[in-house]
Amino acid sequence: MTDSPTTVQLLDANGVLSTEGVAADYLKYVDALSDDQLRTFHRDMVVVRRFDREATNLQKQGEMGLWVPSVGQEAAQVGSAYATRAQDHIFPAYREHAVGMIRGLDLIHIIELLRGNTHGGWNPAETGNFHLYTLVIGSHTLHATGYAMGIQLDGRAGTGNPSSDEAVVVYFGDGATSQGDVSEAFVFAASYQTPQVFFLQNNHWAISVPVEVQSRTPLYLRSEGFGIPSVQIDGNDVLASFAVTAKLLDDARAGRGPQLVEALTYRIGAHTSSDDPTKYRSDEELQSWVARDPIARFEAYLRSRGESQQFFDDVATEAEDFAADIRRRTLELAKPSTDKIFDHVYSEEHPVITEQKRWLADYEASFGGGA
Amino acid sequence: MSGQFEEMPLAKALNAGLRKAMEDDKKVILMGEDIGPLGGVFRVTEHLQRDFGKQRVMDTPLAESGIIGTAIGLAMRGYRPVCEIQFDGFIFPGFDQITTQLAKMTNRHEGQVRMPVVIRVPYGGHIGAVEHHQESPEAYFAHTPGLRLVSPSTPHDAYWMIQEAVASNDPVMFFEPKSRYWHKGPVDLSGNGAELHATKVVRTGDDVTVLGHGAMVNVLMQAAEIAAGEGRSVEVIDLRSLSPVDYDPIVESVRKTGRLVIASEAPGFVGIPSEIAATVTERAFYSLEAPVLRVSSFDAPFPPAKLETTYLPDADRVLEAVDRALAY
Repeated sequence: MTDSPTTVQLLDANGVLSTEGVAADYLKYVDALSDDQLRTFHRDMVVVRRFDREATNLQKQGEMGLWVPSVGQEAAQVGSAYATRAQDHIFPAYREHAVGMIRGLDLIHIIELLRGNTHGGWNPAETGNFHLYTLVIGSHTLHATGYAMGIQLDGRAGTGNPSSDEAVVVYFGDGATSQGDVSEAFVFAASYQTPQVFFLQNNHWAISVPVEVQSRTPLYLRSEGFGIPSVQIDGNDVLASFAVTAKLLDDARAGRGPQLVEALTYRIGAHTSSDDPTKYRSDEELQSWVARDPIARFEAYLRSRGESQQFFDDVATEAEDFAADIRRRTLELAKPSTDKIFDHVYSEEHPVITEQKRWLADYEASFGGGA
Repeated sequence: MSGQFEEMPLAKALNAGLRKAMEDDKKVILMGEDIGPLGGVFRVTEHLQRDFGKQRVMDTPLAESGIIGTAIGLAMRGYRPVCEIQFDGFIFPGFDQITTQLAKMTNRHEGQVRMPVVIRVPYGGHIGAVEHHQESPEAYFAHTPGLRLVSPSTPHDAYWMIQEAVASNDPVMFFEPKSRYWHKGPVDLSGNGAELHATKVVRTGDDVTVLGHGAMVNVLMQAAEIAAGEGRSVEVIDLRSLSPVDYDPIVESVRKTGRLVIASEAPGFVGIPSEIAATVTERAFYSLEAPVLRVSSFDAPFPPAKLETTYLPDADRVLEAVDRALAY
C-alpha cells in the first residue's frame, strides 16, 4: 500500500508544506492553527514517544506483562485527536496512547492495564470521552457505531450547530479490516447514516502478516463499497491527519453520515513486546519508513518557520520528566485488592458472586492474619 | 394471583410486556431482523413499530454481531436496547460480542458503565423447523460470568419477566420457548410477577422433584399428572432463572422428596442440569435417597424435524427417570 496521487499530504518527508493538488482543499484547517497549537502537536508527539520508550523499558524490566508500542504512529494519532471536539466520543483500539493523553486520560491507566492491575477501569465520562481499549480486534467498531446511533437518536448531530453537534471517532488497524465486525460496522453506519469517522491506521503489519494479505485493494476504497466516503492520507504527516479528520468530523457532525480516513503509517517497533519483527520484516523496509519519521518531519517544518532551539530543548526536558514520573508512579502501583475479582462482574446483587467473595475471605482468613 | 386477569398466548404476553416497558421508559428501544412491519417472524413485536416509530423499533441489517455490538454502544449512550435474535441457531455470529464484550463491559469499566441490554432468543424444538431453527444453546451463555439468563414458561411470567429483564442494569439473555408462543394462559396484568431470578414450585408433591425450564415445564406437568394417576406424587419446579440459579427452593424441595430429576431440551453433556445436579448433591447430600438424574436430548446435533419427538425428552422419558429415582 503506497501513496497515490489522491493521498493527502500537507507536509512532505522534508517538512515542506504543500499547497497544490489534493492538499489545497484542507489548507484552511491548517491556516487556522495558532503557533501554540503547532508547538503542542510537536510536544505531544515527542512526549508520547518518550513515554512509549519508558514503558518498553519497564516491560523489559519485568514491570509489565506486555507493552504495545506506538512509535511511528504519533502523527496519525496526534493530528486526528486534535481534530476532535470536547463533545465527541473516541473509541480506541489498543495502541492509541497519544489520543488518550490528548483527550485527558492519565497514561498511568494504560500502564495499569498492561501491568495487570486492571482491565481498563477508567470512566470515559472523566477522560474526555475516551473509551476503553478493546483487545478483541475490531469489536469496538460496532460499539462506536452503536454509540453514534445513540447520538442520532438523541438528535445531537446535524442540528446546524457545530459547537454542540457530536460525533464519534473509532480507531482500528489494517488487520481489523479483515474482521467481520468491521464490515458489519460499515453496514450499520452506512444504513443509519451515523455521525462518525472511521480512522484506519494502516501500519502495514498485523503482527507478522503484511497488509497485502488482508486486502488486494487499497483499504480506503473498501468503505466506499459500503457507501462510506473515504480519504487516504499520509499518516506520518500530522497536519494532514489533523486537517482531513477535522473536515470529515465536520461532515459527520453536520449530518452528512459516516466517513473514513485511511492513514498510511508504519509500526516502527514490534506489535507488542512479545513480538520479534526481525523475523518477518526487512531492514530495508523499516529504514524506508524511519526516513519518513513523523516527528523529524514536523520538527523540520517548525524550524523552517523559525522555531527556536530553546523550544525543542524544553520539549525534550519535559518528555524526560514525563517518563521519569511515569516510571515512579508505575513502581508505586500496588497489587489490586482481591475485591476486584468480584465487585463489578454484575451491577446488581448476584448470589454466586456474593457467595464466592465470602468464601475467599473466609479461606484467606483461615490462614490467620486475614487477606 | 389476584387482580385483573386476561387470557393470552405467550407471544402476546411478551408483546404486551414489551409495550409496557416501552411506555414506561422512552430509552427502551427494540432492534432486530424483521421486527418492524412484520412484527418479527413470531409476531412478538407486532404493531410496536407502528405505535412507537422506526427509531424505537429498528429493523436492522441481517447481522447478529452487528445487532449485539451496536446495542452495546447504544447502552453506553444511555439506551436500554432489547435485541431480537431470530432463531436460537443464529445466535452464534453474535457469540463473540455477547461473551467477550457485552458480558465483560461492566467489569472492564469497574462498574462505571452499565449494560442494560436484553437479548431475546426464541429457542427449542417442537415446531417442526429446519436445521439451526430448533436448538437450545443456553449452556454456552450460562458459562459466561456477567450474563444473566432467564426463561419463562407461562404467559404470565413472560409478561412480567420481560419487563423485569428490561429494567435490569445487567445484560439478560431471555430465552423464549418458541413451542409455547401460541399457548394461552392467564396473565395478571394488575399484579406483580415473581422476582426475575426466583425459581418457583408450580406443583407440589412428596415423592420426587422434577425440574426444568421453558417448554419443558409443560412436559413435566404432563408427567406429574400421569404419575398422579399411578399414585405417585411429583413436585414440579419451574427454574425460570438459568443464571443465577435460585437454589433454595430446589434444595428445600429435595429435602422433602429426597429425589430430583432435571429435564432439559439441550444435549446433556456439560449442560445446566449437570451443574444443578452437582450443586444440589453438595448442598443436600444427606437428604438424597437417589442420585440426581438428568433427562436431556441426545449428545447429537438436533436431528431432522421428523425425528425431533424422539430426540427431545417427553413425559415418558421423564417418567422413566422418575421410576429409576424411586427404585433406589
